[in-house]
Amino acid sequence: MSDVPKPDELLSNIDYRPSRTGWMDTPVDIQKGIYSYAANPKSVEYVGLPYPRQWNPIEEDWQLPENWKEIISKGFRERLDRFRSVKVFMDICVRCGACADKCHFFIGSGDPKNMPVLRAELLRSVYRNDFTTAGKIIGSIGKNFKKIIGARELDLQVLKEWWYYLFQCSECRRCSVFCPYGIDTAEITIMGRELLNLIGLNIDWIATPVANCYRTGNHLGIQPHAYKDMMDFFADDIEEITGVKVEPSFNRKGAEILFVTPSGDIFADPGTYTCVGYMMLFHYLQEKYGFDITWSTYASEGGNFGFFTSHEMMKRLNAKMYAEAKRLGVKWIIGGECGHMWRVIHQYMDTMNGPADFLEEPVSPITGTKFENAKSTKMVHIAEFTADLIKHNKLELDTSRNDHLKVTYHDSCNTSRGMGLLEEPRYVIKNVCNNFYEMPANTIREQTFCCGSGSGLNAGENMELRMQGGLPRANAVKYVHEKHGVNMLSCVCAIDRAALSASMEYWVPGVEVTGVHEMVGNALILPGEQKRMTDLRSEPLPGMEEDDAE
Amino acid sequence: MNISYMYSLIAVIILFLLAYVGVKFPGGEVFFGIIIPYLALIIFILGFINRVIDWARSPVPFRIPTTCGQQKSLPWIKSANIDNPSTTGGVVVRMILEVVFFRSLFRNTKCELKESDKISYEWEKWLWLFSLTFHWAFFTVLFRHLRLFTEPVPACVQLVAKLDGFLQIGLPGLMLSGVALLAAVTFLFLRRILIPQVKYISLGSDYFPLFLIFGIAFTGILMRYFTKVDIVGVKEFTMSLVTLNPHVIKGIGGVFYVHLFFVSVLLVYFPFSKLMHLGGIFMSPTRNMVNNSRAKRHVNPWNYPVKIHTYDAYEDEFREKMIEIGLPVEKMIAPETPEEPEEKE
Ligand code: HEM
Ligand code: SF4
Ligand code: SF4
Repeated sequence: MSDVPKPDELLSNIDYRPSRTGWMDTPVDIQKGIYSYAANPKSVEYVGLPYPRQWNPIEEDWQLPENWKEIISKGFRERLDRFRSVKVFMDICVRCGACADKCHFFIGSGDPKNMPVLRAELLRSVYRNDFTTAGKIIGSIGKNFKKIIGARELDLQVLKEWWYYLFQCSECRRCSVFCPYGIDTAEITIMGRELLNLIGLNIDWIATPVANCYRTGNHLGIQPHAYKDMMDFFADDIEEITGVKVEPSFNRKGAEILFVTPSGDIFADPGTYTCVGYMMLFHYLQEKYGFDITWSTYASEGGNFGFFTSHEMMKRLNAKMYAEAKRLGVKWIIGGECGHMWRVIHQYMDTMNGPADFLEEPVSPITGTKFENAKSTKMVHIAEFTADLIKHNKLELDTSRNDHLKVTYHDSCNTSRGMGLLEEPRYVIKNVCNNFYEMPANTIREQTFCCGSGSGLNAGENMELRMQGGLPRANAVKYVHEKHGVNMLSCVCAIDRAALSASMEYWVPGVEVTGVHEMVGNALILPGEQKRMTDLRSEPLPGMEEDDAE
Repeated sequence: MNISYMYSLIAVIILFLLAYVGVKFPGGEVFFGIIIPYLALIIFILGFINRVIDWARSPVPFRIPTTCGQQKSLPWIKSANIDNPSTTGGVVVRMILEVVFFRSLFRNTKCELKESDKISYEWEKWLWLFSLTFHWAFFTVLFRHLRLFTEPVPACVQLVAKLDGFLQIGLPGLMLSGVALLAAVTFLFLRRILIPQVKYISLGSDYFPLFLIFGIAFTGILMRYFTKVDIVGVKEFTMSLVTLNPHVIKGIGGVFYVHLFFVSVLLVYFPFSKLMHLGGIFMSPTRNMVNNSRAKRHVNPWNYPVKIHTYDAYEDEFREKMIEIGLPVEKMIAPETPEEPEEKE
């Protein structure tokens, strides 16, 4: 983070008044710290996407295919014909500006092209020029008239502008909540990124995880043996802390349930502690109730960076979940804590890769609860599953083991605005810890702010952008940090766990980040466990500091 | 871009002159009173239908409602039936609230950076209030106009007129809706030029309908309260249009033709512009869909098979390592198959 301006510098740079020059007359200026590196051609090639090549966003020549305009134009037409959302959203925006200051990237940067409406206008202007009657008629009178109706031709500058700003949208849908017509700029970004991918213009932080996931089953490229190694290592940790040996199973045929979680939980702190939490929960349930669940190294990724590439790539990566469930012969699937993973599962999976008629309607083997809301997709969110366990008093919990935490909860964009998972995690949190404080109402639930690094933007080179985008969330955390002494920001998303850690370190030092199931793991009393001295992070529990010193 | 409203203003002034002067030429009354309005209406109807059909032709491949409240999941968790509808009934209520009360706009907040490092979000009700006023006033005015196109005038139209004029100021009685419309349009225009962000995003095509509607309301008010148009003559004329037996009535006056011409231009402009949000809001997939995609499978009509990396290909690549660490495998003996990912439809 050495190149990133200091927090107060970043703050003082924010100016919400746009320049006097109109946006069409302001050429794109690709800034270091904001843009992400171009996709590694090897990754693009591995999954068979078009035009893999070495190119550099800050160089003049992007090595585009000769007929790139034609490709884009054809692709645009195709998407208008395939997605009513795009067509309607292209046509009906009244530019009322209600969405303008709802975007965390605008709030954190003041760059007017980060207003959702203008981000969409970048594409809409070309749409008007190429695909509408009015645009064609008025455009034929002259260039100035085009400008009046907001139409323009697609040229290299415009394409670069698309690229730059479509990779400054985290597809969080906050704008869509406030738009009187529900115009979802995320939907436009998704489409725009598909178009860019047609001419090989992805960013590496998306393209390489996609290729990894395709090959190894997960974004981090963890091979099966390393995956198992890592889990064994966690098992040792658990034994050290609790004295209980847990033995998760992998790729096991005939298990009742398949568990899929983002690979970030296996390999990236502090997500790893959440993973430890799952392992403890499953072990507890197995010991007490004969719970029967397996992990998979093949479907070892819940997240789906294909979603940030194209609908097709999303489908290709997502297909593994059902394929693995079928191969192992499980009855249904539980999914771990992740944001966009759940948007994909909730709103796309069954449509794309279903029907999952080889699975059974999910029923909790412990409480008998039928998960009616998942009866077609057959995949249940772990927060739903755990909330149900707690409601039925199936977990023995010692909440005092979370007493050193003052917790607030960050709703992940996708689970809140693309699903509506709001109360389940809160119910779990409130039952495993004693100090819980909500952030201000305009920053949580459906109005939640993105961590600033969603949709594949959690690279290193664009740290300034991420800190800009992370500002609104961090600012709300700061509020409860100062008011209630909150020191732990909980969430149900793997990207959040990585991204918010960086953003907290930058904006609100003193606040750490946790997954919900890490706190479950802390509180859960395992059968036969020893007296715990530390939490899952091996930090002394409250009141144990002295014991530690003895 | 900053002066784009000048172009729109000039356009509306030209339109004004066109009608005001044009109608004085021989045949002008027939042209502006009969031919243009009929044509405009036809273009409006066909254009509108065409636009809606065009939207409808594109499928909705995925179920993508923007969920603005708790989902329906476990029975003991209260779900937000309207903001996150799990039933068609919920969607209907959600849509009614959107269309009639602009519910999403009601949520509007204004974000400010205070004391250099505190971000605040304040409820911003003015846009909601004035745009709601604008639309309702517009609708009321439109509805009251039915008195010119029906004989006998339906009781509901008379009732609305009565309510609208309940203040009983002046003669002819002051109609609230007209004044409200003018005030709201003025507000919407002012915010476009005074709020820097909104100014920045505004196009000529955003100012044009505002000026045009201002012109319509203004000429209407002018006729009613000031030039005191021959209302009996106007009704005779409008009824002749409705009964498809059009003929001009002498002496109605230039302002009337300007009013009619502006309305005609609005009708023609409508289907080709953002005003189509009237139709679009009903077709917005983020608002008009039930959030039940995990309970009920949504079908994508163009879903096509894709290439995936199968388990077999995966195991082929990693089999040795898997066996070594004790992971179960499908085939114990490593075959000599290449690592190439298999294709699967
Ligand atoms: C179902 C019907 C309709 C709904 C729900 C609706 C909703 C809205 C909303 C929420 C806005 C944004 C707020 C604003 O900028 O004022 C708006 C703007 C606008 N609407 Fe409508 N509208 C409808 C029908 C109409 C109709 C029939 C017209 C006819 C002329 C119209 C003309 C306008 C105009 C001109 C604006 C832009 C105002 C501006 O530039 O600030 N709307 N509409
Ligand atoms: S809120 Fe909706 S209609 Fe208003 S400017 Fe934004 S996208 Fe356009
Ligand atoms: S989806 Fe989120 S990041 Fe993208 S424009 Fe809307 S508010 Fe901004």
